[in-house]
Amino acid sequence: MHPQTRVLHPTAFGTSGLWRALRPRDLFEPARRLVPWFAVIALVLALAGLHLGLIVAPPAQDQGDAFRIVFIHVPAAWMSLAIFVVMAALSAATLAMRHRLAPILASALAPTGATFAFVTLWTGALWGRPTWGSWWAWDARLTSALLLFLLYLAIIATQMAIEDIRRADRSTAILSLVGVVNVPVVYFSVQWWNTLHQSTGIALNVPAASTAIAIAGTGLLTLACIAYATAATLLRAQSTILERERRSPWATHLRDSDALE
Amino acid sequence: MHWNSWQDFWAMGGHGLYVWGAYAVTLAVVVTEVVILLVKRKSILEHLGRLTRLHRRREAPQRK
Repeated sequence: MHPQTRVLHPTAFGTSGLWRALRPRDLFEPARRLVPWFAVIALVLALAGLHLGLIVAPPAQDQGDAFRIVFIHVPAAWMSLAIFVVMAALSAATLAMRHRLAPILASALAPTGATFAFVTLWTGALWGRPTWGSWWAWDARLTSALLLFLLYLAIIATQMAIEDIRRADRSTAILSLVGVVNVPVVYFSVQWWNTLHQSTGIALNVPAASTAIAIAGTGLLTLACIAYATAATLLRAQSTILERERRSPWATHLRDSDALE
Repeated sequence: MHWNSWQDFWAMGGHGLYVWGAYAVTLAVVVTEVVILLVKRKSILEHLGRLTRLHRRREAPQRK
């Protein structure tokens, strides 16, 4: 019943068995060590990307400097989709394998996914106003992106509302697996329906050299977002692990050894 | 580099409010997330510390 009473069978250590055998606490120390590295990588990549996007890149011919919103909007949109897919995969592990680390990572990903989904909507509105003349439209892309954000909020609320941890994990896992259907809808909406939203991310009316700069800037900021999401998720997972194992001798020992200061 | 002045940079060709509105709110949201994460971790560690001290106080007389 209690998490640490589970005994590991030697055969559990196969290639996929190792992942199955991982306990929540096994992630704690690696997470603690990795967070500062990912944070520094995120900062460096973000500064390089912002330098390209705000200083080096020339304005686009058709929409001037408003196009610079692309450097946050597109990476944030990609992240909001990618995080949901990872969360759904972890949810499958939670339900099918009764994995105990997977739900911790999934619940740690949700708030960061919600952050990116919100940033996508916000920057989209501020980009839409000067280029389309409208903050918002109920077209397929925008509506499905809003639904993505609401799904993240529903997942976070479910996790918080259900007191029994196992039940909360299972409920959010089911919600993630149902909600992941919306991810391809968001992605392909611009092809499937007639939308106000343009069909591709970087189809800007700029010379080839400028397009290369725009792609490089977007790429750097996407990598920065991946590093940031990793750092934020591992930091959040640490809190969840401590919270879930606070009564175990492991947590007491951890505190005694002052490894946390 | 095509900016002639700082004023030019902040104006963003007349789109300053939109561009900086997008960047500023993104920064604010990310900073808020990081602060929440660090505060949460600190409060859990303090709670864990209290639990540990309580545990020790309860155990100490029995050991002697």
